[in-house]
Amino acid sequence: MIQTHKEPFVRIAKRDSISIWHSWLIRIVGLVLALVVSAFVIFAIVHLNPFKVYEAMFEGNFGSKRRTWVTLRDIAMLLCIGIGLAPAFKMRFWNIGAEGQILVGGLATAAVMIYFGKALPTWTLLLISFVVSGIAGAVWGAIPATFKARYGTNETLFTLMMNYVAIQLTSYFVAIWENPFGSNTVGIINQKTQVGWFPPVLGQKYLLNVIIVLALTVIMYIYLRYSKHGYEIAVVGESDNTARYIGINVKRVIIRTMMLSGAICGLAGFIAVAGASHTISTSTAGGRGFTAIIVAWLAKFNTFMMILVAGLLVFLEKGAIQIASQYNLNDYASQMITGIILFFILGSEFFTQYRLIFRSGKEEN
Amino acid sequence: MTQILSLLQAALVFGTVILFGALGEILTEKSGNLNLGVPGIMYLGGIAGLAGAFQYETYVASPAPLTGLLIALVCALAASLLGGFIYSFLTITLRANQNVTGLTLTIFGSGVANFFGGALNKMAGGVGQISVSTTSGAYRATLPFLSNVGVFSSLGFMVYLAIILAFIMSWFLNKTRKGLNLRAVGENPATADAAGISVTKYKYLSTCIGAAITGLGGLYYVMDYIKGTWANDGGIEKLGWLAVALVIFARWKPKQAIWGSYLFGVLFWLYFYIGGLTRSSQELFKMLPYVVTIIVLIVVSMRRRHENQPPESLGQPYFREDR
Amino acid sequence: MDSAKAAISMRNITKTFGSVVANEKVSLDIHKGEILSLLGENGSGKTTLMNILSGIYYPDAGHIIVNGQEVTIRSPRDVYDLGIGMVHQHFKLVDVLTAAENIILGMPGKGKLDLKAVGDKIRSICALYGFEVNPEQKIYDMSVSQKQTVEIVKVLFRGASILILDEPTAVLTPQETKKLFCVLRNMKNDGKAVVIITHKLHEVEEISDRVVVLRRGQYVGELATKDTNAAEMTNMMVGHQVSLNIARPEPKDPKPRLVVDHLTVKDPDGITKLEDVSFTAYSGEVLGIAGISGCGQKELLEAVAGLQPFEAGTIQYIDPKTGKSVELAGKDPREIFAMGVMLSFVPEDRLGMGLVGNMDLTNNMMLRSFRNGKSMFTDRKTPRKLARHVVKELDVNTPGLTIPVRRLSGGNVQKVLVGREISSSPTVLMTAYAVRGLDINSSYTIYDLINQQKEKGVAVIFVGEDLDVLLELCDKILVLCDGKVSGILAGKDADKNEVGLLMTKHGEDNNDDSNS
Repeated sequence: MIQTHKEPFVRIAKRDSISIWHSWLIRIVGLVLALVVSAFVIFAIVHLNPFKVYEAMFEGNFGSKRRTWVTLRDIAMLLCIGIGLAPAFKMRFWNIGAEGQILVGGLATAAVMIYFGKALPTWTLLLISFVVSGIAGAVWGAIPATFKARYGTNETLFTLMMNYVAIQLTSYFVAIWENPFGSNTVGIINQKTQVGWFPPVLGQKYLLNVIIVLALTVIMYIYLRYSKHGYEIAVVGESDNTARYIGINVKRVIIRTMMLSGAICGLAGFIAVAGASHTISTSTAGGRGFTAIIVAWLAKFNTFMMILVAGLLVFLEKGAIQIASQYNLNDYASQMITGIILFFILGSEFFTQYRLIFRSGKEEN
Repeated sequence: MTQILSLLQAALVFGTVILFGALGEILTEKSGNLNLGVPGIMYLGGIAGLAGAFQYETYVASPAPLTGLLIALVCALAASLLGGFIYSFLTITLRANQNVTGLTLTIFGSGVANFFGGALNKMAGGVGQISVSTTSGAYRATLPFLSNVGVFSSLGFMVYLAIILAFIMSWFLNKTRKGLNLRAVGENPATADAAGISVTKYKYLSTCIGAAITGLGGLYYVMDYIKGTWANDGGIEKLGWLAVALVIFARWKPKQAIWGSYLFGVLFWLYFYIGGLTRSSQELFKMLPYVVTIIVLIVVSMRRRHENQPPESLGQPYFREDR
Repeated sequence: MDSAKAAISMRNITKTFGSVVANEKVSLDIHKGEILSLLGENGSGKTTLMNILSGIYYPDAGHIIVNGQEVTIRSPRDVYDLGIGMVHQHFKLVDVLTAAENIILGMPGKGKLDLKAVGDKIRSICALYGFEVNPEQKIYDMSVSQKQTVEIVKVLFRGASILILDEPTAVLTPQETKKLFCVLRNMKNDGKAVVIITHKLHEVEEISDRVVVLRRGQYVGELATKDTNAAEMTNMMVGHQVSLNIARPEPKDPKPRLVVDHLTVKDPDGITKLEDVSFTAYSGEVLGIAGISGCGQKELLEAVAGLQPFEAGTIQYIDPKTGKSVELAGKDPREIFAMGVMLSFVPEDRLGMGLVGNMDLTNNMMLRSFRNGKSMFTDRKTPRKLARHVVKELDVNTPGLTIPVRRLSGGNVQKVLVGREISSSPTVLMTAYAVRGLDINSSYTIYDLINQQKEKGVAVIFVGEDLDVLLELCDKILVLCDGKVSGILAGKDADKNEVGLLMTKHGEDNNDDSNS
């Protein structure tokens, strides 16, 4: 026989809207919970006072002037990639290929530095590298975009595979350019002359990195919010139907936006090679292409929010390395803790979108 | 001749690692979940198995191979299952984005694994000093009646286990009721829901069980491929992504994944066996599996043959009120 | 008929959605061994009523009695146990699976699939009633009619003794319809109860034993089919004309603005949605388009707007300033705009097409105009002014300009949409279901807007479902039926019954089913 179904114990219902305060509160609660859990984990493993541990983290990031600049440099790097991802994600195009786009940009830069290092002055080299790495990244992004636009090929999987093609390409060039012979590394490029390196600005090695990325941040913000292209991206991302209805050429927008996205990630490679490590290897991207996806997502594609999120992640990473050396721990702990924190933040997002309704005492009739 | 044999052997071992990874992910993706946490889960499986075996061998006077084998197996399965559950809970119940959650799982998994791997290494006295020889030996023990048959002479039981698993999975998906229901969930969750199938339950189960199977790939890597030790060289991560590629190459069909995995193995190791290659061109060779996968992706989307397409709802969450 | 015990009795069923009363104290009986037609216009509540019976909606009040016992139906799964099976207009099939796999999907049973046994059972069901289904055939390989057959076999397989079909012949050719009717008669003779939701009078006459008519959520009456005729049924369906006091200014100097000639449109499944449609829209006139939902109005408007490709025919736009005619075929909205054709389109899907739900008013106002200006930056001042203007002029109830439009109520959403479309001073304005779901005041605001445009010389095409409105607002009424033009009437002289009849039959009395 048919039974009446009881009202479930707890239902979920989508929220119509949520005030900024409320949503921030939820995120902060999530973050705090994550920190508490991580504190437990730390305590369980190393039997240390978590507060001392967090203090050490701060030390690791801002303990000295040099450290502070390295932290800023790394935040800039992560931020740059996130900015590259912002337009693609706003369009609901899942660019998982940042890793590869960074590498091809880095390769282009390294090539310029190696082949023209003796013939051209630094600023010329930098300009050429800038352009070439942007183009390299744009091409790397345009390939999956074209197939998605034309045939609907799954972009998540395509861009993912392009990463590994790029990694192998990098290995290839590393083998060609290896210096010294047999070491399977390229070594520091132009070490003696520092040609093609970012010059120090106001005496600071990494100030140029920060300036470039901040400039990109502002430009991207303006582009997405105030330009016609940015408007098209927003409409295509929100509603394909509406985009067609007003005559937006969706295919063109997809390809154009991915070229932009790839280009900026390529620039991140340029910054990494010319402005930070001064070498190229398969770890030049170092997984940051993936981390940046999380940064962009958590920041809800808002370029200024990304500064905060990137800052948080870099802080965690460096802090954990500090803990590791100070307490003789393995520095992979940072990845573990980062993972836990991210899980919690991801989970807490749920509460900003939905509310829980608990079953009231009465029976429904 | 011995070169080819040697290549085949290497390919089979390599292939088995990614075959496990791919089979688990095929099961997960059939339900519509795209789990980019495959490398992380393989890390978890590998380190859990290693840690379990290590503890066993360290604290027991004369460890028995079979017990070691079982302990490692159970640990690996448990850890991978946990990884799968975290992913499922976040993406199904808490409706988090699948890509971001998967990538976080990879970060977390590799962090956990390398952290404990490093710790274990220290306990054992240095990098690469871990030796769980008894257990590893158990994994690498060849099947007695095949000990003398050419290429099979040195293959551990997990190689055969992977193949059997593939056949079982194929049978499950195509010939059982539950397998049919699962396929429907991945293709058209609204229809499945209307037909009375619990979409949530199927997604959870297939993702968690899929993760467990994927984790076995990590276990095999640790026990057989690198013969019972640990190195923080990112080896598992590379193989994890290749497993994801294999899922696409095999067009989500378990039996296709079998020969696909060995093909990838051949492609991967080919450079080693072709004489006269410079080190740089060797690297280009290693690109082949990924390039081949991209070609398959493109062709499949161009030809639009229904049987080769990814599950229709792959990557998209299903919420009933959106109906 | 009265002596037979009702298989299902619905008593005093009431269902409201927000402020809309979909069913109001509706009662009806369904008997075994009978084919019942449920007849009504759009909005009459027939689909809602059957959705209640198939577990998709839960009634606010009323009782359902199955085989003498009162039951509560909470979800589609409860319905299988009751022996009820509904075949919807939109099929619920998994393309990549076979017919047999779709049919047993979700059914409890042994672990191992015995598709052979399933296939045998399917074949025996088919043999019993006269279907043709190949159990091993994949759904993506099937025609629409074959898919429908799979859906019917699906419910029979689960032991349904009461079948409900929602507009089953909407997607069938005349030959396929004949075959379906044969099958339905076999089922009736086998003692099953069949309910058909339909609007096609000739089919009602051909296949059903009894017909129940609903109008505006209420039960109007029922008749034995053999005792009634088309005119009487139409009368019951549309009722008497209600006076709404909508102004209708006299058109001034109407000139041809849009000439549609022999337009034929097919949908992605290959079904012909519009066939050989020809008409002219004049400046300063309101041309109404009447027809049952799905008769091709959507395709017609989208074809003119450049959103729907067509198989054959031409659409000519005649420029009011130069008198030159421009062919619109094969152009998309951008190209049409670039040619200087000022076409505005208020689509049926307001938040999914006409507006972006998550964006605010200013951003939505910009949808048409964002390309203006030479710089690469968007001009937000003008759209913001427009938004303020629309809010004030049309009395849009909104807390501000920056909230996402999906948070506005239906009437206000529509005012924003219409406001934007007429702001670009179009020469042709097309609206689809402009007042659907709107409260009285908002509706009259829209009628006023339309009349204002008309007085400015705009050619207005108004697709509507409320015949009373059409009769008062429009200068001409074009009636579509199954993609063909049944007739074009003058609004002043048209009679509601006349329009209703044209909506359900093609122009002259041609019975397609008579020739096989």
